[in-house]
Amino acid sequence: MKIRIGLGSCGIAAGALKVKESVEAEIQKRGLDIEVKDTGCIGMCHAEPLLDVIDDQERVFTYGYVTPEVVLKIFDEHITGQSPVEQYLLAAPEKDYCFMAGQKRVALRNCGVINPENLQDYIEHEGYQALKRVVTEMTPEEVISEIKESGLRGRGGAGFPTWFKWDAARKTPGDIKYIICNADEGDPGAFMDRSLLEGDPHSVLEGMAIAGYAVGAKEGFIYCRAEYPLAIKRAEMAIKQAEERGILGKNIFGSGFDFEISIKQGAGAFVCGEETALIASLEGERGMPRLKPPFPAQSGYWGKPTNINNVETYANVPWILANGGKAFSAMGTEKSPGTKVFALAGKIKRGGLVEVPMGLSLREVIFNIGGGIKGDKQFKAVQLGGPSGGCIPEELLDTPVDYDSINQTGAIMGSGGMVVMDETTCMVDVARFFLEFTQSESCGKCVQCRIGTKRMLEILERICNGEGQEGDTELLQEIALKVKEGSLCGLGQSAPNPVLTTIRYFRDEYEAHIKDKKCPAKQCKSLITFRIDPEKCRGCGTCASKCPAKCITGEKKKPHVINQELCLKCGSCFEACPSKYQAVTVE
Amino acid sequence: MSCTCQCNKQQENDIKKDASSWQSLQELLEQYRGKKGSLVAILQGVQAIYGYLPQQVMDYIASTMKIKPAKIYGVATFYTQFRLQPVGKYHILLCQGTACHVNGSERILTAICEELNIKPNETTSDRLFTLDCVACLGCCSLAPVMMINEQAYGPLTPDKALKIIRDLAASEQQACEGGK
Repeated sequence: MKIRIGLGSCGIAAGALKVKESVEAEIQKRGLDIEVKDTGCIGMCHAEPLLDVIDDQERVFTYGYVTPEVVLKIFDEHITGQSPVEQYLLAAPEKDYCFMAGQKRVALRNCGVINPENLQDYIEHEGYQALKRVVTEMTPEEVISEIKESGLRGRGGAGFPTWFKWDAARKTPGDIKYIICNADEGDPGAFMDRSLLEGDPHSVLEGMAIAGYAVGAKEGFIYCRAEYPLAIKRAEMAIKQAEERGILGKNIFGSGFDFEISIKQGAGAFVCGEETALIASLEGERGMPRLKPPFPAQSGYWGKPTNINNVETYANVPWILANGGKAFSAMGTEKSPGTKVFALAGKIKRGGLVEVPMGLSLREVIFNIGGGIKGDKQFKAVQLGGPSGGCIPEELLDTPVDYDSINQTGAIMGSGGMVVMDETTCMVDVARFFLEFTQSESCGKCVQCRIGTKRMLEILERICNGEGQEGDTELLQEIALKVKEGSLCGLGQSAPNPVLTTIRYFRDEYEAHIKDKKCPAKQCKSLITFRIDPEKCRGCGTCASKCPAKCITGEKKKPHVINQELCLKCGSCFEACPSKYQAVTVE
Repeated sequence: MSCTCQCNKQQENDIKKDASSWQSLQELLEQYRGKKGSLVAILQGVQAIYGYLPQQVMDYIASTMKIKPAKIYGVATFYTQFRLQPVGKYHILLCQGTACHVNGSERILTAICEELNIKPNETTSDRLFTLDCVACLGCCSLAPVMMINEQAYGPLTPDKALKIIRDLAASEQQACEGGK
């Protein structure tokens, strides 16, 4: 019997280490012979901490929302008593968990299954078999043609065919070439790459080594953002283990192929997700993009041919080489083959990491897998592609998830962040939020991006503050176009997308802000007022004790009053008011 | 920086006062001496030693590594990770990502600012807490989230966040009294 505990960042934050302690204590106390295995993120982040009990017939019972008390129950009833604790059981041999149904795991195949800190475990799950076959039996051209056959497109967002990049870097003459793995996952709302590096770092290393062989590179770098300490730690550990085993380094599998990987930490700049900016940052400079061409495949790191792909793209590579390009292209749609990992978050019931075949509709992902909206509120929009993407409204929920269909809506696939928004999310505020982000992350090189985003942000801020003017939406659209046209890199070219899509699909919300000075979602502080209904208020004082501004007064058991001049409009009173009274209203 | 007076010497003497940091700094610079394109890594190393990038150390690196001070300052101010001021013992990174934003991270921010009586990018007067807002910590399912010294906490409510901070402050208080 084995017990497996999910120790990704999310799991640890939710208390998985305490769960592990109590599991180990119970095993010792009861003198049991049970192996405890650490694993990465299985993707069911909403139900963390997660614990799997694997019995001697290799049957897996997955428990969610585990606490040390639940661990006791599991030991008493399941491990000793042989009957699973139904209350916390998410999945079992005869019980499919709806979150996992409909998913197809290729990039995430090992996440939540293997121990990411144990190379042997990866090897036992067919790890490094593809690399071995590639370097001992295949020519670089054969590798590239297999990738071409698979139709794999870059999972970082733009969806550029991977084989094409590899081929271009291979064909550029030069003795020294480089492989770079882009793990600078800067999109707010995306965490696929973090989970992959935390949960299955070896598959990324293997994919990079295969790319190195195909392209003719001997050195690779993982450029990982510093906000992911656990991902960096596990990737470093994986590199060290692979080097010790001779899987990375000189003369890999006796083939004469040398390949080394090292990690470089990003220093916090969203623009460094753009490949030329990333290279500048690797070279120790400020991360500012430059004009393309020449593309990195022709002149990249230190002017040498360089291939850059993102984490998820590399994680797919070993699977493709092991199972064949055809098996990969059999999944998904014709133009977007394979699967895609999404980070499902926001106002959703079951958030987490999901990997689905391309072509599934947004509705299926959000409602079937994600379980719909938290608190059974009304769905309003789903934000795809982070600050470069857009908001897709309900009427387009049947859009299939593939690069081209998503582009048509005005959003982009992006790296895979999917943030769900409900009726209480203000779309003007969302546009302002993203623009605030891109404006502060603009590197300042292109005038249109540097100044244009600033002007757009000012307009959005005044709309949210109730000072919007007639013609503001048209002005926003006009500047947006200029920013798109006049920017060198993807950051500026796509920064206006959140604004343009919200204007396109939620124009009525903009009008309400500008003309009626109302925020329909009741989020924009300047446009709302909290009041206490004297008819309903019982004077319990709960709201007054929660108010951070101490601006609610009243005698005990008498109706309370909010001093509007001091009110921060934080909504604490609204939430604090007991549901049996519902005396606080917002307008 | 490369003036003819003794200010370079003076600057070096100032940094040397902290002997163990000086030792680490020398090891760090030795590791990267002569390797092109290491500036970001050097500054990350300096920040790991001192907790921030002291002006004198940046000047010293400029003169000893033959890098223009303007370039060092340019890189140091381009990336959000680098700090020109010391941080408190507990470094709070409050996530302002999309998922956190729609789940009410602003209220957490208000509550923490109120509690510690500081604004983002500031440190409390007892040097215990520094508050920074970051774009996304990648723990979106636990939104709203904050990270304190590499440990993530979530999902937060204003009350929960305050409890975490008060517990840390209390444990410091205890350690302090125990030490006496």
